[in-house]
Amino acid sequence: MDTFEQSPVQKDDSVAEALEPSPIQEEYAPVIFAQDTVAHVVALDMLSGTEDRENVLRARASGKGVLTAPFRLLKTNRLGVILTFAVYKTDLPSNAIPRERIQATDGYIGGIFDIESLVEKLLQQLASKQTILVNVYDITNQSHPISMYGSNVSDDGLEHVSALNFGDPFRKHEMRCRFKQKPPWPWLAITTSIGILVIALLIGYIFHATLNRIAKVEDDCHKMRELTKRAEAADVAKSQFLATVSHEIRTPMNGVLGMLQMLMGTALDANQQDYVRTAQDSGKALVTLINEVLDQAKIESGKIELEAMPFDLRAIMDEVLALFSGKAHEKGVELAVYVSDAVPEMVIGDPGRFRQIITNLMGNSIKFTKKGHIFLTVHLVEEVMDSMDVETESSSRNTLSGLPVADGSRSWVGFKIFNPEGSSHTPSPSSSDLVNLIVSVEDTGEGIPLEAQPCVFTPFMQVDPSISRKYGGTGIGLSISKCLVGLMNGEIGFVSIPDIGSTFTFTAVFSNGCCNSNDSKPQKQRLKNQSNTMSSTFQGMTALVVDPKPVRAKVSRYQIQRLGIHVELVLDFNQGLSSISNENKAVNMVFVEQEVWDRDSSISALFIYELIQIDQGTKLFLLGNSLSSSRTNTATSGFYTPSVITKPLKASMLSASLQRAMGGNKGNPCNGEHSSLSLRNLLAGRKILIVDDNEVNLIVADAALKKYGADVVCADSGKKAMKLLKPPHKFDACFMDIQMPEMDGFEATRIIRDMESNGHIPILAMTADVIQATYEECQRCGMDGYVSKPFEAEQLYQEVSRFLQPITSVNL
Amino acid sequence: MDVLSQLQRQLADFLASLYREGFVDDQFTQLQKLQDESSPDFVMEVVSLFFEDCEKLVNNMAKVLEQQVVDFKQVDSHVHQLKGSSSSIGAARIRNVCIAFKTFCEAQNREGCLRCLQQVNHEHAQLKANLQSLFTLERQIVAAGGSVPAMQ
Repeated sequence: MDTFEQSPVQKDDSVAEALEPSPIQEEYAPVIFAQDTVAHVVALDMLSGTEDRENVLRARASGKGVLTAPFRLLKTNRLGVILTFAVYKTDLPSNAIPRERIQATDGYIGGIFDIESLVEKLLQQLASKQTILVNVYDITNQSHPISMYGSNVSDDGLEHVSALNFGDPFRKHEMRCRFKQKPPWPWLAITTSIGILVIALLIGYIFHATLNRIAKVEDDCHKMRELTKRAEAADVAKSQFLATVSHEIRTPMNGVLGMLQMLMGTALDANQQDYVRTAQDSGKALVTLINEVLDQAKIESGKIELEAMPFDLRAIMDEVLALFSGKAHEKGVELAVYVSDAVPEMVIGDPGRFRQIITNLMGNSIKFTKKGHIFLTVHLVEEVMDSMDVETESSSRNTLSGLPVADGSRSWVGFKIFNPEGSSHTPSPSSSDLVNLIVSVEDTGEGIPLEAQPCVFTPFMQVDPSISRKYGGTGIGLSISKCLVGLMNGEIGFVSIPDIGSTFTFTAVFSNGCCNSNDSKPQKQRLKNQSNTMSSTFQGMTALVVDPKPVRAKVSRYQIQRLGIHVELVLDFNQGLSSISNENKAVNMVFVEQEVWDRDSSISALFIYELIQIDQGTKLFLLGNSLSSSRTNTATSGFYTPSVITKPLKASMLSASLQRAMGGNKGNPCNGEHSSLSLRNLLAGRKILIVDDNEVNLIVADAALKKYGADVVCADSGKKAMKLLKPPHKFDACFMDIQMPEMDGFEATRIIRDMESNGHIPILAMTADVIQATYEECQRCGMDGYVSKPFEAEQLYQEVSRFLQPITSVNL
Repeated sequence: MDVLSQLQRQLADFLASLYREGFVDDQFTQLQKLQDESSPDFVMEVVSLFFEDCEKLVNNMAKVLEQQVVDFKQVDSHVHQLKGSSSSIGAARIRNVCIAFKTFCEAQNREGCLRCLQQVNHEHAQLKANLQSLFTLERQIVAAGGSVPAMQ
């Protein structure tokens, strides 16, 4: 080998300072050229160090770059490696054998790598943020890695190991990197993951809880259904039980009541009668209660059915009135009924149930009303609808009794029938067959306290537990009524103001019964006949009603009109008088409200005076509230006692009273038109003899008979009578006083009878007191009868008509 | 017109009081009904006649009762007469006294009869006065232009 080859300088592996001239060797490889920075290695023999030597030889043999193991560099004493390349003289083929390579070697090039600075520089470029600790090892010898770079910090963290390839196949290097500082906790990641974990947990929990809950609820629902079924079954069982038991109770109860009734018919003293009556009342109350309970049970099991038969509304109202008038009188409460004229005479429906509802409402009103009035009205819904738009009366005093009432319109304003939804509902004038009724019960009672109002229709609810103690009743009535109203396609409502009063209103739908001509004929005919007989007597008459309260007057007019009498309303006496005097038609009767009469007896007397001035035939009646009030009144106006008709007015009672008044009873000052007309018929133009020794009597009797148009002759003694009645005579009849001096009536009659050959003049005795003995005596002597002295129209007529035929052709 | 209505009112009141106190009864009303245009003073005439009759009877009865031995039958017949005529015109009080009077007669109770006679006198006087006032009022009314109708 050439020794003067210019070969690069190579470091010495051994002790850095001790540099000696190289021993005599076969081959040397001194460093000839060197970089300025490593100038100190010039003249160093690269083959001197073991490592170096090995490196060089290997380089030249392999033709590739060769790395040494890391060692401390000469000058700087830092760790480094040397990379040696062989430089060949000729261009060697790649598959040259090592010998050839060695042969061709011309020199060597070596590079010194300061690993530390190399790595640092590299690292500086890379690791900007974190301080990375790098350890570079030469791991050619696996068990003894030589650290080329990096401090020997114990590896406690994560290490990243990467292989380094410097291109030398013989040597292996690796780099171990780790963070200098322990990596800080990745708070964000941790927090986020913890958060997500928590959220996930929560969601999971929610799902779990939801599923649990659903399961639980389903479970509960199932249980509830079970319980409901059981409860319903129990309820039905209860209703059935109640119905059965009530029915069973009702039968013996009826027996008890029947027996009590029969007991009443037997001879009982006052105490016993009282006891029986009390027992009857209790029994009846019990039966009512049982019926209510049965009704409730029927309702609950849906078994109530309504009948459909024609009935007369007004008659039902009368019946209900009759039921309550006694109690109302007792309490001093005024009862009145008004049925509007628009309501047809007959309607088709269930009268019993209808009456039940009204009775229930009226019963409640009576129970809780101590003063004022109870006013029952029936109208058509159409009428009320029309009046809804009109302004209602402003005065709260314009009521039946003058006491304020709860405004009735508020009780039905909310009904569906008045608030049709959409345009589908049209009020029913188109369907003339249906009758929409609205019935109202207005009272001036205690009212219902506001807190109790919502549950008024709930069965068994009383306003207050003390109520059933105070007033009786079970609280079922209203709920039954509500159900029945519902069955009649109506609605029920109320308005109540405590201490003022309550108004209950309900609607019901019936069919018009008037036009039906098929199967209801016989009943309709009968009813018609009944009303006919009532009204025929008074048909066409005129009446005047004097009453300052218009509502009450309207009621009176309605009742009087039912008899076919035309009625006019006036507010006071003056109006009445002007009306009578103005009208061309004669007023047949005048009805005066009791309070008007009582107000001032002198005005009342004056009114009568004036009335008679205008028309003698007018009857006067007082409309009074109760019998007691009428009694106190009759004493005041002694010269004329008008008949009193107690309210509530009923057509039948009214008719009876009128007939009685018109008939002209004994003691009744009015001469019935009936009788006077008939007497005229009998006596007009007849020649009549009156025999009485008393001049006064003669004159009075004379005038009385003359009034009927008779031709009267007076005789003041029996003798004169005899002379006058000597046949032939033109007398048609003779009235003979009995007690006369000289010849008494009996004797005179006997003589007259003896004188009579043919023909028989009716001789009637006039006697102040009628005694049986006198009568027999009359008979014996040939008298035909007797009349009382002074004359009394009815009796006179009765007696005279037996003998004298009415003259039909007389002009009256 | 006011005067008339006042008078009428007065009359009505007065009549009412007469009835109330039983001086007259229904028959008096009947009597008034018999009065009409053809006999406008009928009531007054009858009433005057009655009073005359009554006085006569009372005098007779007094005479009979004064005697030692009273002929009750006669008294009775007089009383009967009085009763009859008072009934005819409706003099209720007098009639009632007569009824009592009759009982005393039948019982032949002189004291009772005398007492009754006194009462009859008393009633007679009162009724006379009352009816006078009534007629006066009626006259006034007629004078003022109103009419006195027959009572019903």
